[in-house]
Amino acid sequence: MELIFEKSRPGRQATAIPVSDVPAPPLEELIDPALLRSDVDLPEVAEVDLIRHFTALSRRNFGVDMGFYPLGSCTMKYNPKLNEETARMTGFANLHPYAPESCAQGTLQLLYELKEALAEIFGMADFTLQPAAGAHGELTGVMMIKKHFEKRGEKRTRILIPDSAHGTNCASGALCGYSVTTVRSNAEGGVDLEHLRSLMAEDVAGLMLTNPNTLGLFERNITEVAAIVHGRGGLLYGDGANANAFLGKARPGDLGFDVIQLNLHKTFSTPHGCGGPGSGPVGVSREMVPFLPIPRVVKTGAGYRWDYTAPDTIGRVRAFYGNVGVMVKAFTYIRTLGAEGLRHVAETAVLNANYVKARLEPHFDLPYPRTCMHECVFSGRRQVKESNVHTSDMAKRLLDYGFHPPTIYFPLIVPEAIMIEPGETESIETLDAFCNTMIAIAREARDNPDVVRSAPLTTPVRRLDEVRAARDPDVVWKRPLTEIPA
Amino acid sequence: MEYVPHTERDKRRMLETIGVASVEDLFSDIPESFRLKGSLNLPPPLAEQEAFSLLEELAARNRPGRIVLAGAGAYRHYIPAVVGHVTGRSEFYTAYTPYQAEISQGILQAIYEYQTMIANLTGMQVANASMYDGASAVAEAAVLAAKTLGRNRIVTARSVHPEYRRVLSTYAWANGYDLAEVPFGADGRVDGKALQGAMDGRTAAVILQSPNFFGVIEDLSSLEETVHSAGAFLVAAFTEALSLGILKPPGASGADIVAGEGQSFGNPMAYGGPYLGIFAATGKLLRKIPGRLAGATVDRDGNRAFVLTLQTREQHIRRERATSNICSNEALCALAASVYLVSLGKNLKKLAELNVWKALYLKDRLLSLPGWKRVFSGPEFNEFVLRCPDSRGANALLEKEGIIGGCELGHEYPELEGCLLFCATEMLSRIDMDRVVEILTGA
Repeated sequence: MELIFEKSRPGRQATAIPVSDVPAPPLEELIDPALLRSDVDLPEVAEVDLIRHFTALSRRNFGVDMGFYPLGSCTMKYNPKLNEETARMTGFANLHPYAPESCAQGTLQLLYELKEALAEIFGMADFTLQPAAGAHGELTGVMMIKKHFEKRGEKRTRILIPDSAHGTNCASGALCGYSVTTVRSNAEGGVDLEHLRSLMAEDVAGLMLTNPNTLGLFERNITEVAAIVHGRGGLLYGDGANANAFLGKARPGDLGFDVIQLNLHKTFSTPHGCGGPGSGPVGVSREMVPFLPIPRVVKTGAGYRWDYTAPDTIGRVRAFYGNVGVMVKAFTYIRTLGAEGLRHVAETAVLNANYVKARLEPHFDLPYPRTCMHECVFSGRRQVKESNVHTSDMAKRLLDYGFHPPTIYFPLIVPEAIMIEPGETESIETLDAFCNTMIAIAREARDNPDVVRSAPLTTPVRRLDEVRAARDPDVVWKRPLTEIPA
Repeated sequence: MEYVPHTERDKRRMLETIGVASVEDLFSDIPESFRLKGSLNLPPPLAEQEAFSLLEELAARNRPGRIVLAGAGAYRHYIPAVVGHVTGRSEFYTAYTPYQAEISQGILQAIYEYQTMIANLTGMQVANASMYDGASAVAEAAVLAAKTLGRNRIVTARSVHPEYRRVLSTYAWANGYDLAEVPFGADGRVDGKALQGAMDGRTAAVILQSPNFFGVIEDLSSLEETVHSAGAFLVAAFTEALSLGILKPPGASGADIVAGEGQSFGNPMAYGGPYLGIFAATGKLLRKIPGRLAGATVDRDGNRAFVLTLQTREQHIRRERATSNICSNEALCALAASVYLVSLGKNLKKLAELNVWKALYLKDRLLSLPGWKRVFSGPEFNEFVLRCPDSRGANALLEKEGIIGGCELGHEYPELEGCLLFCATEMLSRIDMDRVVEILTGA
C-alpha cells in the first residue's frame, strides 16, 4: 500500500487554521530567525484522502472486535464500549492536570475509589496508579524494594527471577541496578524449592514471581516460596499479569506478596490500542506504603486532594498522575461488574482455558498435564518431529482461518510453545470453532505439511523478510532522490 | 452487568468435557486456606445505564473550564474530528502489539509513517514508536547516554520541567547516576558559563528543554559545542510539541537525542494521560535506543511490508541485557499524533505561528494591569512568566469565573514566588483574553 507521503500533493490540505483575531507581526520580528525553521516536511492531503488512507490501514489490522484473539499472557478480552464512552466524557477528557483540586473533584474521587477497589481485590494495603504500563509498574515496584533495603541500611545486589518469567521482569530488575539470578522450574512447572532455597541469601533483595505463572499454572507451593524468601529477609514481588485467573478467588496480599503490579489493560478490560496505552498500578503491603511514588490521592473531610508529603517515597516515575483516561475505563468496568462479576471473570476464564486444554490435549503435546488456570501451554514438538511443521507455521496457518494465533515460543522453557489464553468473554461456539481449526491444522501438518509451511495465503501480505528488516534497517522513509527539489 | 456469555447448559457441557464436577474443582491448586470464602467488599454491580449515569455525575463534578490559561506540560489544542474517527476504529484500538505482522500491516505502516514524521520534525535520523510520556522519555534518554558512553553523571538545566527532573532523579537514583543542575539567566535561558563549569569527563548527557519550562526558546546551537567538547550527549527535550512547527529542528542544532511530550499532537489533556513520549536519535544510536521500531521490508512475494524490527534490543529477547524494560508503549496516542500531523500538514507551521501571536496578545494585555511585570527577556513560544501583585488572588478570581488560571511557580522555584506561568493557544479567542483581563482588573 502507498505511504501517506506518496499520496501527498503540494497545496492540498485537510485542516484549515483560523484567521488570527489578534495582531500578527512577522515571526522574525519576535524570534531570532536563526532559531526558526524554514519549512515543515509533512504530507499534504485532502481530508477524504486522509480518511481513506487510515481506513484502508485499519482494514489491514486485526483486533478483538474482528475475532478470537487467544494471545497467551496478554488477556485479550472484549473491551466494553461503555468504557470508551465514559473516558471520552468532556469532564474527564478536557481537564488540565494542573487544574485546581477544587475543579478536579470528580476525577480525584474516581482515582481514590479505583485505588481502594484494587486494594480490596488484591488484598494490599495501598496502591499507586502512576505507572503507565505493566513494565513501568514492575520498575516502580522494584524501585520500592530497593528503597526498602536502602532505608534499612542493607546492601542487597541480586534479584531472583524464575526461568518461566516475562523478559520485562529481568529488564526491570536490571534497570534498578540488580543483577538477575534465574531460578529453575520443577517438573510440575512450579518454582524448584530446593533451587530457590540454595539461592536465597542475605544479598538477595527478593523474588519476582508471576502467579499463576506463564505456564498458566498456579504456584501450589506459594506458602513455602513466601517463607523461603521472607526467611532470609527478602521481599516477594508479584507480577500481576495473570490476575484474570484469581479475581475474587484469592488475594495476593493474603498469599504473602509484598508488592504487586497489575495491568489495567489486561485484567480490567481496557483496550490494548495496538500496544498501548496501558496502565500499571502497583499495590503494596503496609510495610511498603512509605515508598510509594508521589503524589498520592487522599480523602479528607473537605474532599479529595493530592498529598506530596512522603519523606521515604521513591519519587516520581512519570509526569502528572498516570494514564488517567485508562483508569476511567477500568473504574467503569469494576463498577459495572461488582464483586460477583469479577469472580465470574476468573471462573469463566479458567473454565474456558481448561475446556480448550481438554479439547486439544489429544492432538498436541502438553508438557505440564495439570489443571490450568486462565491459559494453557502446549508444545508443537510432536508436529516438528512428525512432519517438520513448526509452531510458527501453525500460527501463520491460523491467520488463514481468521483467528489471531496464540502466543508462541513463550515461555522459553517450553520448546515450540503454544500459549493459549481464551479469556472469559468467549462463547463455547467460538472456542469450539478455534479448537476445531487447531485440530484441522494438526491434521494438515500431517497430511499436507507444505500448505501449513507456506501459510498465510489469504492475508494482505505473506510472510515477511525479517532478516532483511534487521540487517538493513529502514525505520524512516526517505524521499526518492528524483523528488527532492534542487 | 457482565460480559460472560455462558448459559448454565454451556457450563455443564464444558465441565463434562473437562471431566470435573464443578468450576470450583479447577481452583484446587490454590491452597484451601487462601481461597476467598466470602465476597469482595465492593459496591454492587450496575447496569450499563446506571454505570453511565454514575460516571456522568463524576465527570460533572470536574470543572475543566471554558478558558484554560495553564500549560506547563499539558496543552489545550483543537483536535480535528478525523483524529477521534480514526483512533475510534476498533481494528486499531482493540488490537495488541503488532507481533503478527501479516494481520497488523495497518498499525505497522502507521507507526512507520509516524516515525518518519517525527524524524523529519525533530531533524533526527531515527525515531521510535513512542514511550510512556515526555518525562519518562527524557529519563530513558539519560539512561541511553550513560550506557552508551559508560559514564554516570547527568547534567540538567533547571529550566527543564520540574516533574521531568523528578522522574529523572528517580531513574538516576535507581541506576546510581549523579545529577547536576545548571541555573537560568535573566533571559530565562540556560546560563552558558554555568554549563561550561558543570561539564566534566564523567558527564554522559546534558538535558536542555526548548521551549523550556518558562516558555523561553533556548539557543541550543550556542550550547552544543560545550556539551560535545566534553564528550557528552546533547539531549533536547520539549513539552510543547507544537513548537516544532516553527522552531529549528533540534537535530540541526546538534542534538544526539530528542525526547519530549507529544500530547499536543491530537491527544486530549485528560488530567495528565495517556500521552506519548516522543523519542528520536541520531542514526548511530539506532541499535541502542529503547522501545519498539517499525521497519520496512518485503514479504515472500516481494511486496512492500512492515514489521517490528531490531527486537534483539528488547526485553522479551534480551531479558536483563535489554536496552530498556519498556514493553507496552502509547501506540494509539502515536496513531492520534500521526493522524493529527497528516491532518495539519504544512499548516502545522501556521498553527504554531497563531500560538505565538495569541501568547503575545495575552502577555501584552496582562502587562497593562497595574503591578504585573515580565520576568524573562528571552523569546517565547506560547507560554510566558509574569510576576503579579497577588498570584493566588488572581487565580482565585479566575476560578470563580470558570477559568483555569496560570501555574504558580513558587512551589518549585522559590525565587519565582508570586510568578505565574501562562499559556495561550489557538483555543483562546481575543474576546476570551479580554475577558480574563477584565476579570483581573476588577481585583
